[in-house]
Amino acid sequence: MTRSKNVSRQKVEAGLKQRRRRERWFQMLGLLATTIGVVFLLVFFSTLISKGSSAFMQTHIMLDVEYSAEIISPDGKPDTVYADYDAIIRNALMEIFPEVTDRRERRDLQRMVSIGAGYQMRAVIERDPSLIGTRQSIVVPAAANVDMVVKGNIDRDIDENLRPVSDRQLAWIDRLDAEGKLVTQFNTALFTNGDSREPELAGIRGALMGSLYMLVVTIVLAFPVGAAAAVYLEEFAPRNRWSDLIEVNINNLAAVPSIVFGLLALAVFINWMSLPRSAPLVGGLALSLLTLPVIIIASRAAIKSVPPSIREAALGVGASKMQVVFHHVLPLALPGMLTGAIIGMSRALGESAPLLMIGMVAFIVDVPAGFTDPATALPVQIYLWADSPERAFAERTSAAIIVLLGFLLLMNLTAVILRKRVERKW
Amino acid sequence: MQGTTLVLILAGMATAAFYLGRSRSLEIAGGPSGISNLHSLPGYYGYYVAIWCLLPALALLFLWLVAEPRVIVALLIKSLPQAQQSLQIGELDLLVNNIRNLAAGDAVSGEIDALLREAAARHTEYTATSRRLLATLCFGLAVLGAAVARRRISPQLRARNRVERVVSILLIAASSIAILTTIGIVFSVLFEAIRFFREVPVSEFLFGLNWSPQTAIRADQVGSSGSFGAVPLFTGTLLITFIAMVVAVPIGLMTAIYLAEYSSSRVRAVAKPLLEILAGIPTVVYGFFAALTVAPALRRAGEFAGVQVASESALAAGLVMGIMIIPLVSSLSDDAINAVPRAMRDGALGLGSTRSEAMRNVILPAALPGIVGGVLLAVSRAIGETMIVVMAAGLAANLTANPFQAVTTVTVQIVTLLVGDQEFDSAKTLAAFALGLVLFVVTLGLNVIGLQVVRKYREQYE
Repeated sequence: MTRSKNVSRQKVEAGLKQRRRRERWFQMLGLLATTIGVVFLLVFFSTLISKGSSAFMQTHIMLDVEYSAEIISPDGKPDTVYADYDAIIRNALMEIFPEVTDRRERRDLQRMVSIGAGYQMRAVIERDPSLIGTRQSIVVPAAANVDMVVKGNIDRDIDENLRPVSDRQLAWIDRLDAEGKLVTQFNTALFTNGDSREPELAGIRGALMGSLYMLVVTIVLAFPVGAAAAVYLEEFAPRNRWSDLIEVNINNLAAVPSIVFGLLALAVFINWMSLPRSAPLVGGLALSLLTLPVIIIASRAAIKSVPPSIREAALGVGASKMQVVFHHVLPLALPGMLTGAIIGMSRALGESAPLLMIGMVAFIVDVPAGFTDPATALPVQIYLWADSPERAFAERTSAAIIVLLGFLLLMNLTAVILRKRVERKW
Repeated sequence: MQGTTLVLILAGMATAAFYLGRSRSLEIAGGPSGISNLHSLPGYYGYYVAIWCLLPALALLFLWLVAEPRVIVALLIKSLPQAQQSLQIGELDLLVNNIRNLAAGDAVSGEIDALLREAAARHTEYTATSRRLLATLCFGLAVLGAAVARRRISPQLRARNRVERVVSILLIAASSIAILTTIGIVFSVLFEAIRFFREVPVSEFLFGLNWSPQTAIRADQVGSSGSFGAVPLFTGTLLITFIAMVVAVPIGLMTAIYLAEYSSSRVRAVAKPLLEILAGIPTVVYGFFAALTVAPALRRAGEFAGVQVASESALAAGLVMGIMIIPLVSSLSDDAINAVPRAMRDGALGLGSTRSEAMRNVILPAALPGIVGGVLLAVSRAIGETMIVVMAAGLAANLTANPFQAVTTVTVQIVTLLVGDQEFDSAKTLAAFALGLVLFVVTLGLNVIGLQVVRKYREQYE
């Protein structure tokens, strides 16, 4: 008896070392897997921030411009349509670099200032015509390539032919810098402008407004409908085949690829109902169908968490079923439903695939002013900019992503705080 | 008058109708002290009148706005000279479009002649008349409804029951929208797909090995016959999905095991929300990361190791997609592991097994169905994922299993076929819907099976 005990004990002890090693290995594997996810997240955010944060600042050039009457008002009164405002900038540049006389060199010189500078001059004169004839020191945005050189994103040492900036221009940039005429300012254009082919003029305002209009449509449609559906399914629906079907259907709809909703929107809203293409209205409709299942599922959970005693008490004092739901259950479930709605909205804000289908990928310069104006959305803008070959757009794409993630973070934080605040133990 | 203004005015009228109904019921009851004479509370009489004021008018508004464009176009075509009326369908559409654009002040293709200008003026006139008529009818209907309802108020009127009836119909309508959406998806995709299969046989689409969806603008163009063999797309999708699963399943599963079994609660409290952030990042951001950071890095690594890696390799898209799916796999595995009764785990530990042995030999086999269901859901997610592959995978349909080469996927082709101008009668556009049908059927199948398995399994231990 003792012998056999010893034998099996020896057997166990002999294997123990290996088993412990395996145990350690297994644990290390688990730790490794968890670390991979977290490390990816860190790498992801650090590359994003290191690439994108510089886009929030933009190089400007300080110029002494003369609002010469000859250029602006050739026939007496200010001409805001045909006058050559670029000439003002040109002259100011020539004053700094009087030695540049060659035509090609001059053109290179002008290219260092953004083509938006001329429009800026026009806007200044439109606002205050009394400036005509005076000299002013103003700040105009530098061209994207100059900005990239200043930020160190263009390698000065590579061959001139492979570089978007010529040696001449590099020398001029250095001279402007030495004279203190290069100033780095907050990139307001990024937040006030619509899209543009020129990186230094491109902004996300149009995309932000498009996203905003879409979210308004989505919340107005999806929240009431989703809440009503949840109330029906949770409180009124008889347990039969039909409600089972609806239930299965909603769960499956939540897992249908978003691009399929885009196909639906294209075929139904645009092709069949002939609603306008590229409009936030159609985008909002598609996104509300997409977020509806999310909202229904969250709202049902919120309604379910209201204890039955509340319903029974209300029924006991003579309330009708409808009164029980609308006077007692809904007010208690509302914060949870709102949390679900916010999470649904944050999903809608980040969604882009269905919007590609309904033509919201167009290059749209104007900031949309209504639900049927052509518009694009923030994630789609990111997609569009990510395709642009210019270095400066890569930087702006990262900046737009930071803004998008900022909004998502804000929405999710609101949802978390809301949930924490109203979480009550019954 | 704009539709939104109309709706706002109607809402205002309904509010007024509410107060009208309520005060009328109080009047009939003989002041607040006589409420007990009424069948329902005064507020319900208010709602009753408001519903009668609002709903018929809204229904009219909706129907009108749906029918209006068609009616106006029909009237326009009728008013055109005979020569234009007998134009081909496509040309007529173009003409009508031009008229519409001119009326809206947009760019017009071709010359603006007197005919066009006249028609545009007529279009504007019809629209204005229609809107005036609509506004009058809506307001009339609202007033009429409110007046009739107000007259019907009497102490015996069962206002509460009627209002509740309407509300419950609205609730049912809201919950059937989910069904309608599914039906809408099925029909919109199915009809266009059937039109596609009339031009391209199903067998060629499903088993053909060559995908180049260009259709000719002119008949004599080179390479004019598009070919629609979708096998390279399916294999491309499967390759990327496979890479994503190779990344996501082990990492997600091991993460779930580690967090459930080994980690301290402090680590869990930090790691879990961090991993959930991964699930909240928009896919377009992953796509950007895959295309501009991961793909170049892989290419450099490939050059270093002497392997030719395409700049739009399947590997880059698959890797990033896998990382995106980690939280999905880990949370579903976590659910499955937690659903295994604690007694089974304790029993295994009590018999002297190590924690990894308990996990591998007892808990995982018991949780396997749930995990498999979760993986199926993850596969369906990977197949339907669009933005990552649109940005990081290629466009050319290669039939290859080499992860270093560029492949294209079903979703990428849907996007490339449908972005930009399209006509709804070319095989190229319709092909996107056929692909959409395949995508929908496959993901739906995976979802149904996955959800079923997960649910069955959960019930097993409850």
